[in-house]
Amino acid sequence: MAEKIKFTIDGKECYAEQGQTILAAALDNGVYIPSLCYLKDLIPAGSCRICNVKVSGRFMTACTTPVNDGMEVENNTPELEELRKSIVEMLFVSGNHFCPACEKSGNCELQALAYKYQMMVPRFPYIFPEKEVDPSSPKLFIERNRCILCKRCIRSIKDESGKSLFAFKKRGNKLMINLDHELAATMTDEMAEEAMEICPVGSILRKEKGFDQPIGHRKFDKQAIGSDIKSVI
Amino acid sequence: MSKKITIEPVTRVEGHGKVTIHLDDQNQVAQSRLHIVEFRGFERFVQGRPYWEAPVLVQRLCGICPVSHHLAAAKALDVIVGAGTGEGLTPTGEKMRRLMHYGQMFQSHALHFFHLVSPDLLFGYDADPAIRNVIGVAMKHKDLAVMGVMMRKYGQEVIRATAGKKIHGTGAIPGGINKHLTQEDKEFFQTGPDPMNIEKMIEWSQASVDFLKNYYKEHKAFIDEFAYFPSNHLSLVRKDGALDLYHGVLRAVDHEGNKILDDVDYQEYEKYIQEEVRSWSYMKFPYLKHLGKEKGWYRVGPLARLNTCDFIPSPMAQKEFEEFKSLTNGKPNNHCMHYHYARLIELLHSAEMMKDLLNDPDLMEGELTTKGAKIDRGVGVIEAPRGTLFHHYEINDKDQIVKANLIVSTTNNNEPMNKSVNFVANKMMNGQTEISEPMMNAVEVAIRAYDPCLSCATHALGKMPLDVSLYDAKDNLIDRKITQ
Repeated sequence: MAEKIKFTIDGKECYAEQGQTILAAALDNGVYIPSLCYLKDLIPAGSCRICNVKVSGRFMTACTTPVNDGMEVENNTPELEELRKSIVEMLFVSGNHFCPACEKSGNCELQALAYKYQMMVPRFPYIFPEKEVDPSSPKLFIERNRCILCKRCIRSIKDESGKSLFAFKKRGNKLMINLDHELAATMTDEMAEEAMEICPVGSILRKEKGFDQPIGHRKFDKQAIGSDIKSVI
Repeated sequence: MSKKITIEPVTRVEGHGKVTIHLDDQNQVAQSRLHIVEFRGFERFVQGRPYWEAPVLVQRLCGICPVSHHLAAAKALDVIVGAGTGEGLTPTGEKMRRLMHYGQMFQSHALHFFHLVSPDLLFGYDADPAIRNVIGVAMKHKDLAVMGVMMRKYGQEVIRATAGKKIHGTGAIPGGINKHLTQEDKEFFQTGPDPMNIEKMIEWSQASVDFLKNYYKEHKAFIDEFAYFPSNHLSLVRKDGALDLYHGVLRAVDHEGNKILDDVDYQEYEKYIQEEVRSWSYMKFPYLKHLGKEKGWYRVGPLARLNTCDFIPSPMAQKEFEEFKSLTNGKPNNHCMHYHYARLIELLHSAEMMKDLLNDPDLMEGELTTKGAKIDRGVGVIEAPRGTLFHHYEINDKDQIVKANLIVSTTNNNEPMNKSVNFVANKMMNGQTEISEPMMNAVEVAIRAYDPCLSCATHALGKMPLDVSLYDAKDNLIDRKITQ
């Protein structure tokens, strides 16, 4: 068994496997680094920037940066927490997030982070971009108003031959997720369920299932995001 | 010189409205109107949304009785998902929704009577406004104020236990409900420490009815004569003619009790009810098509319900109902101020129904939802605290809502409220050159009897003050008073 690498997060001694990223290693060591686009076992995208940490005075995304021996990582500092809060606020203003009527409310990671950072109102002006929904799939309702372009769906929902059911379409501020309707027609109920589950926000909705989970039983009803992280090392 | 009086905003009602009264050269009332100045547009922006979102989205119309919108929308969607109407749901689905609805009815009626109306009754509509308010009630009649607050709290807790939250929950979903009642909640509602248990709530509801009956004895002339006028009355009734606040068929009676609509399946409401738009208000004017605009308008709400139903299926409320009916020799009651009396009988009925339901094992176990073949149109109707509430949705083959039509309780009462304003204006302001505060409050007392929710009625946002202004014939403002 390869020797573990020793490093610290906010002064706490931690251990990582060779080649492990800061974020994955942090989770194994029971340290929570907030993230949205990260999902265990997927190739990291580094797209949401919430997991920014500081190493040797430089900002780095914890989900894409491998741990080095002796690395000193700053995570839970006022500067980083403020930076993360500002990113959460930016995500809110760059989409159309109306939590009161969203069925992902209570299970939404973006909303949970907003609660964690006690966001009352974003510091940035709302953009209210025009977004189109895609209701045409028999099993999924694609609600692009809430999409944060994390690529979790693109990276994880694939058919038997490994083809992604989701892809990016257009560029720049027109960038959006798109569902391949030919592939979607072959989608099983389990895949549809998984697609909704892996979406950190309310952008991929399983049709006809909305609100079947009562308030009080949703993921973040009783515990804050990240509070369940425990050391496995 | 003719004048125009404006009362803006109207206070101690839910929502934002104003009243204008035009006086002619002889200071006689030439025209009076209740204007609803809010605009919301829920019917439009729900279009394109996935249909299962409607019960949660549309209830945001209101913070006072969101449960009514939540349930009316869910009932419409039951039809769309093939679960049928009313009795088509599983026992658990229907009974949990009923418990939610009775909790809602209970808290809303308690709020209206104790917080909004009792100041007028306890201090008189012409008392100093500085004490004629809920704080004044709390200072001078502490026991009554505590009753009001605790009854409302009980109803809100029932809503929390069934919908998930006291305001804007998610309990009712197309085809049923998303949870059972927990043992802990059941025990709390049945045997919680005084006063938070159902026995105390029934006792207090009866005491509220008794309070009003005593008040009535002492102020019979005022209660009977204030804003009295004949009208039609419309509501849901159970198939057998019983009062049913959750489900039934449409029935309407005229002022003498003749049935002018009966046993109508509300899926076909469009055949019978039409809405008229008038340029000066965002609130439409519904009427029964076959009687036309002039004769087809009707009242809804507690008074209308007790006029249309044949009996109340709970013993204590039935006893009060019989006494109430005897006041008008079994004929429909057209006394505007008797809305308060009818409302409190319904408060008692709701408490009794909650007690029965809490003993029902179906709340604790059983299938939550049911579904069948999907169709593209559904109508849900419920008796909300303020009256009959219609939700109508149509969807496309991609599960998006393409059409929504809401006829809200207060909208149904639009014409009667205008008639009431006109009655009071004629009686109190004819020949007057200056408006006194009691005159202005008298107009509000008439509006308040209907417990209007102006926010819901325009599907609007804002507070609820009343602004009265007096204009001369050339529309020059000569006097204005605003109550907060």
